[in-house]
Amino acid sequence: MNHWIIVPVVLPAILAGLTVLAMRGDLVLQRVFGLGGTVALGGVALALLVAADANPPEVYRLGDWPAPFGIVLVLDRLAALMLTLTAFLALCVQLYVIGTGWDKRGRHFHALFGFQLMGLNGAFLTGDVFNLFVFFEVLLIASYGLMIHGGGRERLRAGVQYVTFNLVASTLFLFGLATIYSVTGTLNMADLAIKAATLPEGEAALLRVAGLLLLIVFGIKAALVPFHFWLPGTYANAPGPVAALFAIMTKVGAYSILRVFTLILPPSTPATGALYADILLPVALVTLAVGALGVLGARTVGRMVAFAAVASMGTLFVAVSQFTPAATTAALYYVLHSTLATAALFLIADLILARRGDLSLAEARPAFAGSGLIAWLFLGATVALAGMPPLSGFLGKLMILEVARDQMALVWSVILVTSLLMIVGFAQAGSTVFWKSHALPADHREADTAALPFVSVGLLLAAIVALTVLAGPVMGYLSATSASMWDPGPYIAAHALPEG
Amino acid sequence: MEALLAAVIGLLTAAGIYMLLRKRTFPVIVGLALLSYAVNLFIFASGRVVAGLPPILAPDAAAYTDPLTQALVLTAIVISFGMSAVIVVLAIGAYLETGSDGIDMTDAPSDRDGPAA
Repeated sequence: MNHWIIVPVVLPAILAGLTVLAMRGDLVLQRVFGLGGTVALGGVALALLVAADANPPEVYRLGDWPAPFGIVLVLDRLAALMLTLTAFLALCVQLYVIGTGWDKRGRHFHALFGFQLMGLNGAFLTGDVFNLFVFFEVLLIASYGLMIHGGGRERLRAGVQYVTFNLVASTLFLFGLATIYSVTGTLNMADLAIKAATLPEGEAALLRVAGLLLLIVFGIKAALVPFHFWLPGTYANAPGPVAALFAIMTKVGAYSILRVFTLILPPSTPATGALYADILLPVALVTLAVGALGVLGARTVGRMVAFAAVASMGTLFVAVSQFTPAATTAALYYVLHSTLATAALFLIADLILARRGDLSLAEARPAFAGSGLIAWLFLGATVALAGMPPLSGFLGKLMILEVARDQMALVWSVILVTSLLMIVGFAQAGSTVFWKSHALPADHREADTAALPFVSVGLLLAAIVALTVLAGPVMGYLSATSASMWDPGPYIAAHALPEG
Repeated sequence: MEALLAAVIGLLTAAGIYMLLRKRTFPVIVGLALLSYAVNLFIFASGRVVAGLPPILAPDAAAYTDPLTQALVLTAIVISFGMSAVIVVLAIGAYLETGSDGIDMTDAPSDRDGPAA
């Protein structure tokens, strides 16, 4: 067994525990270990990415109990891809936090951050649906702490709503899992894939219900309409860098839907058929429309970015709902792109907040120090997120339009019109924040000259550029990934399940 | 016994959802607790309800009950216990900070109106 597979789960857990126990009072030590841990995580994730590309899926048996009785972690291309994305995003966010001193505004930031990474990595690696629930809870409980980091009136209230919403989702998740278990008698994903494909006729209704419950749960995580209500309030009130990290949290929902509904309940399953694809497409289009209208109508930059995140989930799920290998490739590319672009925009919103004093779009405020550079960064990130050329959002949307060719009238018009709405919304916001301010007398506030936050945003934007320039090799890896998702034979075979 | 168990789960769920729809944090937390009780019983029942059978190896056992669901329930109980603690503390914090225990945010003038403290 390749023991490196468990490192992305264990390493942040140990470091976070150490941070709480041994470095409580020493911020410098916390920063060194936090950053060192994330860099190490990035190295391990890259090594796993290379290993997953070269080898078939590999199973890591915890406690050496054979599947389906023991819990397993599975390294395949999809998991390795998400691990690498998480580690890179975490590195950028952590640099930003250290550069801006966000970690001084409350306690235990780096410990919570570590537990959050542990939960995320575990959710991507696990090969057991109940274990997926457990890792969801790990990442959620850390996110509750991060969400209210720094405190404040509105943030605490938004935090209560966020936690309530997610506790309801967790309960639904458990109902779904128990239903699946009562029908199939297993919770191992590979074993479930076999059992679901050969389910007797009479049990199909229960499995359909369970699948729908899981779809709702993952839809809540992914902020799909009508379960998107929690997202704008949460993300707009969370600390900027935390909101940037949360860009990966909605992708956990997307990842789970991709995993469960290609491996366990693909459209070829006789018991469920294309039920979930039929639901997902309209939901995705409405999500996209709601997100774009939100961008247009938002009264603060924070809410605008949050609605842009909703819209990007809508676009992503248009591709997911096609349920073909080519569409999955496009969806994966959009996952990479929208995570980076949303995170960058949340960080830029926080840069603006720190300098301008508020994020209101109701009226222009005096120009602030450094607004020129921030305006360029804002332009880059919004161009990427709205899907205009030349950045990766354009390529991503182009591929999604391409795979939805047979529903051209509906899908194309929604995607193109919402893109226009988003461009108008971003342009309005940009001109209020950056252009109209120059008509007002300048504000002579002391400028924050720390370079590290700009390095962090620059890294994210550089990654978007790299994703655009290196689209060819990236697409090569992603097509291999989606091909392996749609041919789960090697994934299941790696488990060495007992016959019968 | 199945009918009784099913009725109890249904009742707990209904009560939980009713409480969840209230406007103040305390009833909502009670509702979440009721829902978690309901789901714990539901997980327990998903391993099929049997009486008086051992869950682990016993030399004289004729049949067994499903031990896995019991382990799942234990995990779910621990997690929901921890989550309840978190939300209670958070709700008290929000109440002390804002002076109201409403769960809605209608009186919020706008998000992030000023730099965070």
